[in-house]
Amino acid sequence: MDVSQYLEIFLDESNEHLQTLSDQLIILEKEPDNSDTINEIFRAAHSLKGMAGTMGYKRMQNLTHDMENVFSEVRNGNMEVNSNLVDVLFQCLDALETYVDNIRETQDEGTDDNEPIIKALNAFIASEGKGNAAPAAKKEEAPAATASAAPADDKDMPLADFEKNAVNEALKKNLHVYKIKVSVDENCILKAARAFLVFKNLEGHGDIIKSEPSVQDIEDEKFDFDFSIIVVTEEKYDNIIALIKNVSEIKDAAGQEITQPFPEEQTEEAKEEKKETSAVSQTAKPAAAKPAAKKPASTGKTSGSVSHTVRVDIEKLDVLMNLVSELIIAKNGLVSASHVEGDEAAALNQSFTEQIEYLERVTTNLHESVMKVRMMPIESVFSRFPRMIRDLNKKLGKKMELYMSGEDTELDRTVIDEIGDPIMHLLRNSADHGLESAEIRKERGKSEVGSIFLDAFQEGNNVVIEVRDDGNGIDTEKVKAKAVEKGTITQEQADVMTDKEAIDLLFRPSFSTAEKVTDVSGRGVGLDVVKSKIEALGGDVEVKTKYGEGSTFSIRLPLTLAIIQALMVKLGDEKYAISLGSIETIEDIPVSDIKYVHAKEVIHLRGNVIPLIRLRDLLDVPGEPEESENITVVVVRKGDKQAGLVVDSLIGQMEIVIKSLGKYIRINKMISGATILGDGSVALIIDANTLV
Amino acid sequence: MEQVKAITTEQETETAVQYIVVRIGNEQYGINIKYIDNIVRNQKITRVPKTQTYYKGVINLRGEIIPVMSIRLKLGLEDDEFTDKTRIIIVKIEGATIGVIVDQVREVVTLDDDNTEKITRTSRDDAASGYISSIGKSKGELISLLDIVGLIVEN
Repeated sequence: MDVSQYLEIFLDESNEHLQTLSDQLIILEKEPDNSDTINEIFRAAHSLKGMAGTMGYKRMQNLTHDMENVFSEVRNGNMEVNSNLVDVLFQCLDALETYVDNIRETQDEGTDDNEPIIKALNAFIASEGKGNAAPAAKKEEAPAATASAAPADDKDMPLADFEKNAVNEALKKNLHVYKIKVSVDENCILKAARAFLVFKNLEGHGDIIKSEPSVQDIEDEKFDFDFSIIVVTEEKYDNIIALIKNVSEIKDAAGQEITQPFPEEQTEEAKEEKKETSAVSQTAKPAAAKPAAKKPASTGKTSGSVSHTVRVDIEKLDVLMNLVSELIIAKNGLVSASHVEGDEAAALNQSFTEQIEYLERVTTNLHESVMKVRMMPIESVFSRFPRMIRDLNKKLGKKMELYMSGEDTELDRTVIDEIGDPIMHLLRNSADHGLESAEIRKERGKSEVGSIFLDAFQEGNNVVIEVRDDGNGIDTEKVKAKAVEKGTITQEQADVMTDKEAIDLLFRPSFSTAEKVTDVSGRGVGLDVVKSKIEALGGDVEVKTKYGEGSTFSIRLPLTLAIIQALMVKLGDEKYAISLGSIETIEDIPVSDIKYVHAKEVIHLRGNVIPLIRLRDLLDVPGEPEESENITVVVVRKGDKQAGLVVDSLIGQMEIVIKSLGKYIRINKMISGATILGDGSVALIIDANTLV
Repeated sequence: MEQVKAITTEQETETAVQYIVVRIGNEQYGINIKYIDNIVRNQKITRVPKTQTYYKGVINLRGEIIPVMSIRLKLGLEDDEFTDKTRIIIVKIEGATIGVIVDQVREVVTLDDDNTEKITRTSRDDAASGYISSIGKSKGELISLLDIVGLIVEN
């Protein structure tokens, strides 16, 4: 048996525990007396230690062990939480994360013992009250001490003759023979794995000549929560018990030494011995049960809070998703086939249409639920930022506070995986460039502590993520000057540039206005990477800024990636799809209502002046449009800007599957992809966001 | 296609390469068979605005959207005229799938070093000859062997 099959679980759970630790540490630093937090931390650290031990990752186990010691001191009120301590603990988490990463890649934890961190941890324990550290250490040993006094199990363990002989042989050679009962924690999931590790730990220290139930049964998990073994060894009882207890989730191990050789061909005495053992064990039991009783209480909560979730491989979901896509295409095929012209088809069509509507409902629901399965709260991305801002606090010597909202906003899993870095970049940007130093803030009459806001919310078919700060804002003049200096633009260009255009300069490759290159940001690879990544996800970035007051970077992302609701429109003989998410209204406008501003066509709509875009011209559609008194305008919105797309006619709303157009064909930005219609023909999807 | 398979099993000498011989205008071109995924009849091509002029658009091939290129336009010849002999050859290159339009698909030939000749380029080369890697001879006819990868990858 080996533990590799549990590796995935181990990695997942380790990451969860590390995240919990990180979250709770941040809270702890602010509220050092929050006992819930301390308990939560202690639990997470303890589970982590246990898991690392089970998987045989000794270094990781050692480090968590020392960390746990510190937490236990804190919990007992023997140690004060201060910023230095939290620093070391965060280093500790980083080191643990490195272990986990190493394990993920190579299945090995690596060779770094992280001695400095361990020393630092121990130094804290040592300095914070010499008297206090000792009892803690004693407490650890206490169970072992009681266990040594506790003799064998109450259950009997019949020995076969050859096993008795083996015991006798061993005794003759002056070896120790111990009969040990090992109890596994009731909440233990991987009983067999724990048992296996008990056996493995004892290897090299002695021979296990008998186990009850048999080794095979133990490996198959055919035992309740305890098993007994007989060990022949040179080592002392305490050492052996300690070895067993090293395995986590082992509740208890206790036993006795067999000193009397079994009489040959005689059972009388053996029975007597058994009686004796059971008698003693009864008195010993309460002592052994005491430390054990504590544990279920702590692990009980974690197992109780497990939600009804299943971990599913993302690939399986992709397959499911593709199947749904195909189903929708097939359904669309049926829909278009049902529109048969002619009277005699009408009767037939009636029930046919009903069935198709039913199918349509089912596929839409199916699609929605599959999408939901792929959705994850953005919390998993956000959760690492408080820690990052805390680190930046120290690194940059600025005071700042991060406020987050909308962590429960859900996004497609593929987006979640990719969105972390761009947000991180924007946050660092705000912290480094955005926020002023405390002195300047004071001068400006702002609070010394800068604020960075990270908000996520849904807006139509989009999810918006905003990174906002109350700092300096973007100095467009400085940006222009820098661009001129770098030769990106000429002075003349700079002079006529609007603020918005100046801000766009920031998104050009290799543009950084940071006066000095810091560790945090300012290496010149920055906003352009953010922008291209967001655009690759089908979204866009927008900046609003007011010099002296702060800036806001808004990332707008589509809620779903693969299947969208779209409005189908006709331009000449060609069909195009426009995502419903960006459409605001559809208007019939008399040609006479078209006004001209700067020689560009606009319409007045409910108090708004909306520029018109003639899609026919934009897309070079062949042929001339029919003359008519009205034009059909699809009004689209991006942020607070609107545009009216002029189309020939509307076909209707449709659920479409977005497909890529391939690699070598050059696609204009306004085409975001293509889709296959019910009749098998291809329609291009217009990305209205690029037109506004 | 069956014919193609038969030949593949018959001849697998090291230097021999199989080509599909196609007609474009009055000339015969050979396309290395290892890049060819499929040959389909002409079908409705959806125009893609603002793309390279030699891309006719995209087609739906069993649920996948595939760009279709006109070899004629790429080689600087006259625009395609679609007839019932027109075929779209589906080519797979570096993980991308692309269709190329040809006037007619003739046959499959196997050529080895003995009956292919490298061509020497002259300064008077036109656009077309840039994508011809060599000339093959089969049954007394000359076949211009297309550098299909270059044709597609180069913009």
